[in-house]
Amino acid sequence: MRYLPLTDEDRRAMLATIGVGRVEDLYRGVPSAALLDKPVDLPAHAGEIEVERRIRRFAARNLGASSAPFFLGAGNYFHHVPASVDHLIQRSEYLTSYTPYQPEISQGTLQALFEFQTQVALITGMEIANASMYDGATACAEAALMACRVARRDRIVLSGGLHPHYRDVTETSARFMNIEIAALPADVSGNEDASATIDADTSCVIVQNPDVFGRVRDYSALADACHAKGALLVVVVNEIVSLGALMSPGDMGADIVAAEGQSLGNPMSFGGPHVGLFAVREKFLRQMPGRLCGETIDADGKRGWVLTLSTREQHIRREKATSNICTNSGLCALAFTIHLTLLGEAGFTRLAEVNHAKASVLAKKLGSLKGVELLNDTFFNEFTLRLPKNATEVVDALAKRDILAGVPGGRLFPKDKGLANLLLVAATEMTTDEDMDRLADGLTEVLK
Amino acid sequence: MTVSFTTTGNRGLDLEEKLIFEQDKAGRTAVDLPDVPAHDNRLGVAKRKKAMGLPGLSEPQVVRHYVRMSRNNYAIDAGIYPLGSCTMKHNPRLNEKMARTPGLADLHPLQPQSSVQGALALMDELAHWLMTLTGMPAVALSPAAGAHGELTGLMTIRAALEARGDARKVVLVAESAHGTNPASAHMCGYEVESVPGTEGGRVDLAALKKRLGPDVAAFMITNPNTCGLFEDDIVAISAAVHDAGGFVYCDGANFNAIVGRVRPGDLGVDAMHLNLHKTFSTPHGGGGPGAGPVVLSKALAAFAPLPFVVKDGDGFRLVETEEQSGAQPYGRMKGFNGQFGVFVRALSYMMSMGSDGLRQASADAVLNANYLRERLQNALSLSYPGPCMHEVLFDDRFLAETGVTTLDFAKAMIDEGVHPMTMYFPLIVHGAFLIEPTETESRASLDQLADLMLGLVAKAKAKEVEFFKASPTLTPRRRLDETRAARSPVLRWSPPAPKLAAE
Amino acid sequence: MAALKYTDQHEWVAVEGDVATVGITDYAQGQLGDVVFVELPDEGKSFAMGDQAAVVESVKAAAEVYAPISGKIVEINEALNDKPELVNEDSTGDGWFFKIEIDDESELDSLMDAKEYKEFVKGLE
Repeated sequence: MRYLPLTDEDRRAMLATIGVGRVEDLYRGVPSAALLDKPVDLPAHAGEIEVERRIRRFAARNLGASSAPFFLGAGNYFHHVPASVDHLIQRSEYLTSYTPYQPEISQGTLQALFEFQTQVALITGMEIANASMYDGATACAEAALMACRVARRDRIVLSGGLHPHYRDVTETSARFMNIEIAALPADVSGNEDASATIDADTSCVIVQNPDVFGRVRDYSALADACHAKGALLVVVVNEIVSLGALMSPGDMGADIVAAEGQSLGNPMSFGGPHVGLFAVREKFLRQMPGRLCGETIDADGKRGWVLTLSTREQHIRREKATSNICTNSGLCALAFTIHLTLLGEAGFTRLAEVNHAKASVLAKKLGSLKGVELLNDTFFNEFTLRLPKNATEVVDALAKRDILAGVPGGRLFPKDKGLANLLLVAATEMTTDEDMDRLADGLTEVLK
Repeated sequence: MTVSFTTTGNRGLDLEEKLIFEQDKAGRTAVDLPDVPAHDNRLGVAKRKKAMGLPGLSEPQVVRHYVRMSRNNYAIDAGIYPLGSCTMKHNPRLNEKMARTPGLADLHPLQPQSSVQGALALMDELAHWLMTLTGMPAVALSPAAGAHGELTGLMTIRAALEARGDARKVVLVAESAHGTNPASAHMCGYEVESVPGTEGGRVDLAALKKRLGPDVAAFMITNPNTCGLFEDDIVAISAAVHDAGGFVYCDGANFNAIVGRVRPGDLGVDAMHLNLHKTFSTPHGGGGPGAGPVVLSKALAAFAPLPFVVKDGDGFRLVETEEQSGAQPYGRMKGFNGQFGVFVRALSYMMSMGSDGLRQASADAVLNANYLRERLQNALSLSYPGPCMHEVLFDDRFLAETGVTTLDFAKAMIDEGVHPMTMYFPLIVHGAFLIEPTETESRASLDQLADLMLGLVAKAKAKEVEFFKASPTLTPRRRLDETRAARSPVLRWSPPAPKLAAE
Repeated sequence: MAALKYTDQHEWVAVEGDVATVGITDYAQGQLGDVVFVELPDEGKSFAMGDQAAVVESVKAAAEVYAPISGKIVEINEALNDKPELVNEDSTGDGWFFKIEIDDESELDSLMDAKEYKEFVKGLE
């Protein structure tokens, strides 16, 4: 048991110091009927060799993105993570430290968070950002609850372009808070105008850009419509790389931005852990959930950083807190900020350009296949195809050919049978010409 | 004020580091990307037209930046981190290696299920370990952290009560609870009422019984509790709550004391979250990510949130909709499938420890805490007499008349090269010192902690107030001005105002 | 100005005509420590005696401030938005919170006078 430093001799000596005979004597408060006298029925301890073997056996039964032509998106994207990111986040001082409650010995994490908050504010075009949420979907739900606090209203409008998981998580969060949700139908046509749905009880409209079908929109007019009626505009971004090419939500007039940051620095990892980004206008600061890092000086007058404005948080405010969030996504936020620092303005813009170009080439190629229709007029790195048959069956058939083709409409919108033939396809800087050819050929074959 | 002797402001290995924004050269990047192929622009009207203002650095600068900053952090890999209630134990590197295995790290959550059978099997295996260790029949894996698990557990309870026809109004919370408990109950639409404790630091069973009634949805208890004590009335508490038609929620933050020795399912618990980033050794990462799976009793199992994994013939199926579930899931807590990367790490740890190792670990955690209790109890003020579980609680009575506070004492510990214990929590004692050494500390490490604390007690008794008020003095930064940070918040870097041209 | 009256929630009240000025006591500011933020009620809003009317925050704590008597808010101390430290520096002077138009003068009778409040605080220590 390589993780346990005490020897039997230590244990005996320590029990003697304490003045008890057996460690069980220290469990004397436990009802005796509940105290187990032998190990539970699970395998005994194992060395690294054996554990690696057992875990790799699980891995061997999967087909990963690095082993196949890969085109899935819908909120998680397969991007390259520079080698130095994984090296740096595994430094002990970042990986194995706690939340920076003792700022004198946590300046590394705090400075990184301050830079993270600044970067998130810059790319979203917002004034301030927090130190991260769990993921994009929970950030979206927190944005909805925050909008209700700010506007002192309790109705939320969800665009039909919002990712269904984000919609579901937001609905679940609102369900027991007496908040009314108006979820608009899936917006396949791209003609949705949510402004007509804003009434005097509406706290916010939540839209996504690019939307779940990949379409890019300018929400400036919707922002004006929201503000004219005293509501907030929440913009969700689920492919953060898109901000390297697109007008920022802040420039469109968003009041809150809730985003998924996985694309920078973090592997898809079957859906988590990822990092929720949360940015707002400064006037809403006090209603913001989550941790914040702020600049200050130390006793010698040197610049330093601390967690601040914590009176909004649960450990002080308890049931009156802005959220119950405590542990967030510190290390994923660190991976995000390191990757974005490596990219810089030039690299981030270039990365977005490459993504868009690859998707554009792929869309043209697939859209020209017989029976396949490209639905999008605009897109960033993901678009929607209408296939002549059920897309889930097509995806399953292509998976048998070791091609991971995209996300079928039926997976995201299981109740909406009209969307069953839709296929969401994404390309990133990882997508090669050969991958595109294999998908086009495979699709042709399967649709024959 | 300390005098700086160097031109750079550095002090040997203690290095100053500017912000990335102060190292910017426009156009520079540390990532070489593929060429942009010829393509039609399909971005439309929302194409970006102005710069963002991100700084440009090269790879060596970026690496150096984060390495230099990292040296300003304390970490469990560097020394004892006895934060009560946080279970800062050793984080095995094997876990990190396993989470990065191709075929696990590079899976997309919406891949065809035929292509991710190993991942689903891994989740099922983790669920099996968690259910076996807790003696509970079901588990919801998706919550992202402890507080998220609390909310999940309470929502499951609420859904079960609604199905019975009455969601009820009130959640009772033990007085010594973590702040997340009342915050989670509030987010679940409940009023929160506090249940007082006894002189002995446990829940007052009589007061609880008096308050229970048809309006009470659940009682939230932490066991072992935040005073480091086992709630010895737990079976009677559960029975009383159940008799009143309510549910028992157990905050599992302190599960590390009893893993492999006591199963919460045998104590009448209906729902309990497990902090995989505490009990099961996944790294805290400077504030996450964690994972907070919630084990559920039979009465609650049918209401667990989506998604979840079920066995299906020889394989596994991921249930993502109510229709597929054959149950009454109340909703969805998180995008996709939960903190899968944390699951891999936790399973790697559990397999390494095994049923025998986990049982030894909890015993060692309790032994280490009691050893510290024994070594410190005559010098510090022990809040509750007798043995503790995996953490020991002292308060600041021993500092009375010294002019030194708990905070001062903690800051002086920092100069001794250790991370301080949890301070000022739980709130039910004055100036709390909550010490949780964990099982991964050696006896020598515990002795060193005890010795340095005894040394500081002597200094405090000698009224060396100035020494304490000035601490820490050996850290990259001394005490930081938190009032200034909160009064005029500076939450992001801004470019310096352009200087006026000299005359 | 008449002598100050006090509540058991550590608010003070100074009555002038039909308007009462409200703030928190020196004892309260001392317990809170450095005040960093004060959330004041909207002007024109009415409160019943004992309703939460404002929030005062220090670095490590937050406290609700209750309306000591029923009435309508007629003025708030905007200076606290920029200088919350006034609450520490001059709690019964420049650190006042709001002025409230008195609905029912008889409510004032239930408040403590300076001597009673002093005794009350002594009992807490």
